[in-house]
Amino acid sequence: MMAPSGEAPLLIIVPAYNEEGAIAQVVREIQEAQPGVPVLVIDDCSVDSTAALARRAGAHVLSLPHHLGLGGCVQAGYKLAYELGYEYVIRVDGDGQHDPRDIQKIYEVLLKSRCEMVIGSRFVNGDGNHTSLARSLGIRLFRLILRPILGKPVRDPTSGFVGVNRAALAVFSRSFPLEYPEIEALVVLQRKAFRFEEVPCQMRPRRAGKSSITAVKSFYYIIHVLLGVFVNILKYEGRRKRG
Amino acid sequence: MDRLLNVMTFFSVSLIALVLFSVRRSHIRVEYSVSWLGAAVTLLLLSRSRNTLEWLASMLQLTYAPLALLFLVLLVFLVVFYRFSVIISELKDANIALAQKVAILEYRIESVPNNEKVKSTGA
Repeated sequence: MMAPSGEAPLLIIVPAYNEEGAIAQVVREIQEAQPGVPVLVIDDCSVDSTAALARRAGAHVLSLPHHLGLGGCVQAGYKLAYELGYEYVIRVDGDGQHDPRDIQKIYEVLLKSRCEMVIGSRFVNGDGNHTSLARSLGIRLFRLILRPILGKPVRDPTSGFVGVNRAALAVFSRSFPLEYPEIEALVVLQRKAFRFEEVPCQMRPRRAGKSSITAVKSFYYIIHVLLGVFVNILKYEGRRKRG
Repeated sequence: MDRLLNVMTFFSVSLIALVLFSVRRSHIRVEYSVSWLGAAVTLLLLSRSRNTLEWLASMLQLTYAPLALLFLVLLVFLVVFYRFSVIISELKDANIALAQKVAILEYRIESVPNNEKVKSTGA
């Protein structure tokens, strides 16, 4: 690749699984919004043409040998970015829901605030459009639970539109939640006494494909994430260090 | 009671035979057979030791001694299942790390210009 360049080298990562309907457009929009910034699509062993289309659109592609799920997929991108020496990484979902024009806002706050993580939030100055009722209820529940744990309110804890600096990158390269990672990642950072900020972003409807979180999975999602949050609070770090 | 104990003895001996057969055919690695063999031998010894079972039943305030054996069967297999959950978790972690490493190495190899690859292989 794609060695980082400039004073504050930035990499955009796009985790994608079977996103052939949206990925090329997502890559092109990112390139238009952030010309010259490398885009890395992490293909989670898609069975469609996601990897080929992303490559053709001008992205670098990291192809996982088998399906790892969202957390493993994002972590692979963080690991590569860390190994290559990037200072900042912003994650944009491959389904087209995130507006790449908001990348600049996240990047500027990352640079100015010196926070370890900046979350693109659909609820800061936004109306949270394109959010299902089940997800809205889940977000409200997690806001309540996370408030005392994080020591400050978080409006959109499930947002995948996230920027991190190198300190957070170092932590996530070693330890990153595997399933539904967004909320648990906040707790992982809190354990390191890292800070986060939220910036207002627009959420768009998916360009293609279906959300991995269906109505049936919502209940499992809440239980899984709740358990993950409390496990992360209590987590013994010794076993991870071996890896 | 005797019939239940005989069934448990038969089951334990069958389990030992099955595990040993699987180890011999390399279907189970030796280190993972230890938990099963330990569980099967424990059941075998208990099913052949009526006095121990009766003592155990009195300790647990059970009026019917074979219930103590069933209780122990449950306990022993819960421990075995727990041990295998730990092993599976470790294997999953290792598998994910390995898959990520493979992807990153492949990516780095593909990023090397073709002429550099030719030089390094000496072709």
